[in-house]
Amino acid sequence: MSWVGRRLPRLEDPALLTGRGQFVADRAKGALAMAFVRSPLAAGALTEIEVPPIDVPDSFVFTAADLFGVGAIEAILNRPDYKRVPQPVLAGDRVVFAGQPVAIAVANSRAAAEDLAEQVFADVEPDEPILTFEDALADGARAVHPEAPGNVLVEGQLRGEGVDSAFDAAAAIVEVELRSERQSAMPLEARGGVAAFDPGSGRVTLYASVQMPHMLRTGLADVLNMPESDLRVVAPDVGGGFGQKMSLFPEYVALVWAARHLKRSIAWIEDRRENFLGASHARDQRFRAKAAFDSDGRILALDADLLSNVGAFSCYPVTCGVEPLMAFAELPGPYRIAHYAVRSRGVTTNTAMMAPYRGVSRPMLTFTMEQLMDRAARQLGLNPLDIRRRNLICDFPHTSPTGLVHDLGSYIEAMDAAARVADLEDFRERQTRARAAGRYLGIGVSVFSERSGYGTPAFAARMMEIVPGYETVDCEMDPSGRVTLAIGASPHGQGLKTALAQLAADRLGVTPEDVRVVSGDTDATPYGWGTFASRSMVIAGGASQMASDKVAEKLRIAAAQMLECAPDDIELADGLAKVQGANRTMRIADIARALHHKSHLFADLAAGLKEQAFYDPAGTFSNACHIAEVEVEPATGGVRVDRFVVVEDAGRLINPLIADGQIAGGVAQGIANALYEELVYDEHGTLLTTSLADYAVPTAFEIPPIDIHHMETLSPATVTKAKGLGEGGTIGAPAAVIGAINDALAPFAVAINTMPATPDRIWQALRDAKDKAA
Amino acid sequence: MSDTRDLTLRVNGTVHHVNVEPRHSLADTLRESCGLTGTHLGCEHGVCGACTVLIDGRATRSCLVFAVQVEGSEIETVEGLAEPDGTLHPLQQAFWEHHGLQCGFCTPGFLMLALGALRENPDLDDEELRDLIASNLCRCTGYQNILTAVRAAADIMRAKARPAPNP
Repeated sequence: MSWVGRRLPRLEDPALLTGRGQFVADRAKGALAMAFVRSPLAAGALTEIEVPPIDVPDSFVFTAADLFGVGAIEAILNRPDYKRVPQPVLAGDRVVFAGQPVAIAVANSRAAAEDLAEQVFADVEPDEPILTFEDALADGARAVHPEAPGNVLVEGQLRGEGVDSAFDAAAAIVEVELRSERQSAMPLEARGGVAAFDPGSGRVTLYASVQMPHMLRTGLADVLNMPESDLRVVAPDVGGGFGQKMSLFPEYVALVWAARHLKRSIAWIEDRRENFLGASHARDQRFRAKAAFDSDGRILALDADLLSNVGAFSCYPVTCGVEPLMAFAELPGPYRIAHYAVRSRGVTTNTAMMAPYRGVSRPMLTFTMEQLMDRAARQLGLNPLDIRRRNLICDFPHTSPTGLVHDLGSYIEAMDAAARVADLEDFRERQTRARAAGRYLGIGVSVFSERSGYGTPAFAARMMEIVPGYETVDCEMDPSGRVTLAIGASPHGQGLKTALAQLAADRLGVTPEDVRVVSGDTDATPYGWGTFASRSMVIAGGASQMASDKVAEKLRIAAAQMLECAPDDIELADGLAKVQGANRTMRIADIARALHHKSHLFADLAAGLKEQAFYDPAGTFSNACHIAEVEVEPATGGVRVDRFVVVEDAGRLINPLIADGQIAGGVAQGIANALYEELVYDEHGTLLTTSLADYAVPTAFEIPPIDIHHMETLSPATVTKAKGLGEGGTIGAPAAVIGAINDALAPFAVAINTMPATPDRIWQALRDAKDKAA
Repeated sequence: MSDTRDLTLRVNGTVHHVNVEPRHSLADTLRESCGLTGTHLGCEHGVCGACTVLIDGRATRSCLVFAVQVEGSEIETVEGLAEPDGTLHPLQQAFWEHHGLQCGFCTPGFLMLALGALRENPDLDDEELRDLIASNLCRCTGYQNILTAVRAAADIMRAKARPAPNP
């Protein structure tokens, strides 16, 4: 029986359930503590940093002037439109966002370091801050960075032939202007690192709560001008990342620099306020799009102007191109668009740096395409499902207008399945009855594709200087028959170790408990790209399967020699090598021991059982349909999500329990995107939302049960037949929820265009509509 | 702020003699002075609940309590939940079976929150459980599996607490 496909409880869990996980703060004991002095203002000249006299041992303050030999963080895209904006580790002569690190304080406890940091004053001659698209793109706007007059750091443009004539021929033209406000990935464990200095070797081991340990090592070594071999990065248990922990932040550079400079171990464990101020933000996009339809509801052309606020800097390594260029390339989503025009810009402002957050642009582009569909359906008098059915991709492989190849999927089938589960006819009856009783129910449909598991070709196409994407896995069976997979991916809550153990167990004839997966330690794992972009199951999974197959092949050859048969006759299962069709077996552990300790008997085989595999796929598309049912209370603008249906197609499911968990958690974040979470800067560029009392993360009270169903269209593009699904929940849910609100409010002729659709926004929209009608 | 106090804390039935500043929170004291790092800090302002422990049986945000306030109290943390032989508590077992955790950072807080409430009232209905679980934040799971796990554990705990009636 196969381990793949089973709802196996996770191997990671016992330690986490008993308080024996090892998160980065759990390793801070005995280290000095670091705190950051951060810019109080959004923009201006840094004229002086006032440092108090220090008379306590083990207490230090450092500013940019102390960091000689330390470079800047520089994320590079090799595109002519890209403006490089180096990010200093500590601000030098100017500050560009409130919260930017300007000095570091080190003391013997975090409390003492914070006390010391409070006595350091950054004197800033303020400039008028540039905060919004309007500020940044105004004629003659002050440049946030002198390197980037005009404040556009990256711009993609495409205008397919035939776009204009398609609009001329349209039966209907639908236009939208949609926004997502600024949000935080808000991992429950904030950022943090412990830089452990080894006086014997001079090496630093940085334990850090990160998603990309190898990349962090490279980035740190480059900025600190040191060899990578003098640095070991370890991502221990990581308390969620969601994209916020994949960039090289100045805080980690400062931490490693200070540990080397003082030859001491130092910990920086960020608090929540600091995480809101200084860690990356996300979303903050404004998409204008118009689509031309024929009278049957078929899209003829799409023309879009997309703005992404990228904040004060360009995140390393993926750069500030990540949101605007993904929007540029993927706006058409699951729909067949013959003629496509797009302009997508990344705009810099005096706000915290933007970096990936689960979904990256796709929550907004799905919201955009689904609103175009809903509004066109209304305008043309079509059923919302019919208009989608006429436009969804149904011939595979499909090449998008920007050259993306969709492998086999089930766009229409997943939508129809979700509609059956949600029972739309029954809903419409309930909706009608509720309206008669003065209650407003609505339903929203969101169909989307999730590009996942893509290797270097996809990143190279963005012209990234650093091209991520492949994975290498070492698979070793030790003399006792136990297996170790050393992976370059770096899971942080996804359950990847369990899923990979299931994959390897099937290939090697052992149990998942026999497979230990090692990740996150640059001394112990092959160079890899960590965990992000719904990639790990596909890419690390593919490499794990291939490496396991190589070990299995060697086991079969050795077993065949000992059992006197052909290698192809050997089946590995239940801990045994069995000769098919004969009653002869050997324990796999005995073969493993023989290959280590009696290698002289196997003349043609190298000793041991360690193999490596490398995998760099072009990528695959999973797809899903989300349907949300909401009730809106017009008197207050309040929204309750009553029901949420997901039909997901992520190809072969390795562990459906884990897959469902990823979907449910993603949907919760998508609902938060749609209804609750918003980071707010005031007009001076001061962040107002710096606690979890201000930044409204939903609780169990707000998130409904998520009704999840699967289709399994096996991917022809991946070795495991699996597709990635880590981001899908977050990508699809906002469009479904806002679509449902707009359906509920149809009697008021109100359309919500901004996420999150907070009660005040909905109430305001209703009042505006009333004023207009009066 | 370098004045310190000697305190005697009872945590999971074990006595800890610690020396802390009066401003030290119970959470920091458990983590730094008692070596019990299973209690996690997600916000340090009383919203997320990751640091929830039991003080004299009541679920409490340990980031909002000073260590000097709880001398003489019985403190329970996640480290005391499983049996000494490693057998998981029904809550831990149910979280495991129902995938009630992903990154695991919030998990100790949810376990202690549920433990305190179910000891007080093992008969919480689904609505009351939802209300209870809404006390804490989880960023990974979307909560449904946590609710399912707590429901399952509650049923087991109730069955254990009430031995079968004599025939």
